[in-house]
Amino acid sequence: MIELLRSILPSNPWLTASVARVATEPAAIGTLLPAAGRHCGRTPLPHLPGWRTDDAARVLLLAALPLRGDALAEEIRSLYRYGDADEKRAVLRGLPWLEVGDRCVDLVHDALRTNDTRLVAAALGPYAGHLDDAAWRQGVLKCVFMAIPLSVVDCLDERADAELAGMLGDLAAERQAAGRAIPDDATALLHRLT
Amino acid sequence: MRIFDPHIHMTSRTTDDYERMAAAGVRALVEPAFWLGQPRTGVGSFTDYFDSLVGWEPFRAAQFGVRHHCTIALNPKEANDPRCREVLPVLPRYLAKDGVVAVGEVGYDSMTPDEDEVFAAQLALAVEHELPALVHTPHRDKARGTERSLNVVAESGLPPERVVLDHLNEVTVPAVVGTGCWMGFSIYPDTKMSPPRMVAILKQYGLDRMLVNSAADWGRSDPLLTVRTGEAMLAAGFTDDDVDRVLWRNPIEFYGQSQRLDLSELGLPEATFAGNSILRGGA
Repeated sequence: MIELLRSILPSNPWLTASVARVATEPAAIGTLLPAAGRHCGRTPLPHLPGWRTDDAARVLLLAALPLRGDALAEEIRSLYRYGDADEKRAVLRGLPWLEVGDRCVDLVHDALRTNDTRLVAAALGPYAGHLDDAAWRQGVLKCVFMAIPLSVVDCLDERADAELAGMLGDLAAERQAAGRAIPDDATALLHRLT
Repeated sequence: MRIFDPHIHMTSRTTDDYERMAAAGVRALVEPAFWLGQPRTGVGSFTDYFDSLVGWEPFRAAQFGVRHHCTIALNPKEANDPRCREVLPVLPRYLAKDGVVAVGEVGYDSMTPDEDEVFAAQLALAVEHELPALVHTPHRDKARGTERSLNVVAESGLPPERVVLDHLNEVTVPAVVGTGCWMGFSIYPDTKMSPPRMVAILKQYGLDRMLVNSAADWGRSDPLLTVRTGEAMLAAGFTDDDVDRVLWRNPIEFYGQSQRLDLSELGLPEATFAGNSILRGGA
């Protein structure tokens, strides 16, 4: 993935210099990560639906950190803590590709507690594989509730189970009682599960 | 009428306000960090607030097609509490953010030595981060507070065109008009300024470096008083272009000095303003 990001991101002298600087001076990432959008733009990346150039640049900066394991997780947690919404989203997107194992799953829980659709969506990418089943189901249900397209959920069909089907059915019944419907993609998922 | 409200505390406002503002032509705004009705007692309270100004509140504004920016600072009142001053070392993290277009609100509340120190330290942060500064002039002892603020600004080394002195009125505007600093006016239902008084000031002092805001917050205030001021300008014989200058182009010119204004999502025809790359950064 990191190689893919490197290959599809337009070459940018600021990013090249910043990646090199983070590799030798990791503390510099505290001011470089927030500045990435101003230097690399915020243009959608056609090869990666939902990703923008600033997301990719930020993930490359994170990947350049010369840290591993607990030390890397601690730095990433701090960057997320003080990140604006775009930085938080980039951190969530980068997690599956950084050498932190399951150490940063608390950040996914944090994002799922927000009411910001961008963060909830980013939380349910591949790193959500580290969530336990109950938290993952609640995340999927929250997407349905907030009308976030279920296409953002990684491994949706592989992981969706009878318990999730029950929750979706209950939500659909509740909406129906109120004269409202659940989104079409949720109805389709419910049909696949039942 | 298109409106950029250069000072409004949306955290304290409802979604009804966002709807009414958008319908009335408010397309963009700046929310300065300030005190709440309830005094804060620690750093965590500030950082959660700042996180909201660069996270949740812009998201909320975007639901209504309104572009949200903010300013970040330790406000003068809470600068007097040592528990609050501990937030100062954290400020640089926030001053690096895309949505942060100035240091503010800084300035004076009761003109104490602690306020002196925190005011000067934060103007130094504006110099270091190449940002404008939003200076709140005090509600009490306003004339002396304004003079003293101008002295601190002059000593800071921050160019006067990067500074706005806010909440000015008939009594304090003469002290600021010749300094090169920008002049901010908060149009409030009872206190501060009213639309007719604002129009009289614009007639007397002209439109250069003039910013008109609602400063709407958790007190009795009205987010549409910018619109009402534009209407009062037209009724008094100002042109549509005059209104556009005061309520749209002036705030863009002032906050555009941050190089971080991002109005591209509004789909407006002008991609740049006065050669200033006010749009989102491009590769």
